[in-house]
Amino acid sequence: MTFRIAGPLAALSLALMAAAPASAATIEVTIKQLVFSPAQISVKPGDTIEWVNKDFVAHTATARDKSFDVQIPANGKGSLTVSKAGTFDYYCRFHPMMKGQLQVAAP
Amino acid sequence: MIPALRPLAKSVGANLVGATFLAATFLMAAAPAHSATPTDPQIAHIAYTAGDIDVKAAKLALSKSKNKDVIAFANNMLSDHQAVNDKALALVKKLKVTPEDNDTSKALVKQAAAEREKLSKLSGAAFDKAYAANELAFHETVDGALKDTLIPNAKNPELKDLLSTGLKIFQGHQEHAQMLVNELK
Repeated sequence: MTFRIAGPLAALSLALMAAAPASAATIEVTIKQLVFSPAQISVKPGDTIEWVNKDFVAHTATARDKSFDVQIPANGKGSLTVSKAGTFDYYCRFHPMMKGQLQVAAP
Repeated sequence: MIPALRPLAKSVGANLVGATFLAATFLMAAAPAHSATPTDPQIAHIAYTAGDIDVKAAKLALSKSKNKDVIAFANNMLSDHQAVNDKALALVKKLKVTPEDNDTSKALVKQAAAEREKLSKLSGAAFDKAYAANELAFHETVDGALKDTLIPNAKNPELKDLLSTGLKIFQGHQEHAQMLVNELK
């Protein structure tokens, strides 16, 4: 049973890896007690940022320049794959004192 | 009236319901104090009551407002305050604490009912502005009470922790309310 599931899954993940740029990574930002941690991260185009919310209320990661607005449910996750280089300040729309920054390096 | 909470009642009175309640709370403040500091069952009751008041205000806003920023704010107040109050109910059950009604809770409920009555007569932009201004004043008052009175006097560490997390959430609401007030000017 395990073997049957593992086969197609392994094939699928190989296919996904082949499709993504070799260096693409997932960077985790934890939210706990209304704080983004780490508050500042440096990523590359193609990378995915995953916000993991340990709080029992919902948050957002909203760019000051409105270029993204990620919903992060209570005790849930939200993610964003970045494509554009630049420095993006973001905050939580519901609790605006929560602040973070994404630095996306030029490809 | 618990003396340490006089500023709470006074400030709510001043900001939310005007001269009549301000006078009333001054009278209450002048009355002899029966207890110096609130107990955990009283603190739990006050915190829960404040959350419930804001849930009711949010429901009123959702039934009246057409403004998307006001609606988004009210939806967030509804879900956050319900989430905090659910945690509070679970905690008092676990600790086998029965929240105890008290003069501060009673004053808050009475003032909030008067405020809802006033808000319910407004509509359109006038309602939106009044709701946003009240939310700002309410959160300023509640945050001040949590910080200066409720958290320092809470004896149970789990209650203290929940109130402290609540304060962070409500400080977020205060800032959000300030943004809303500025947008509606």
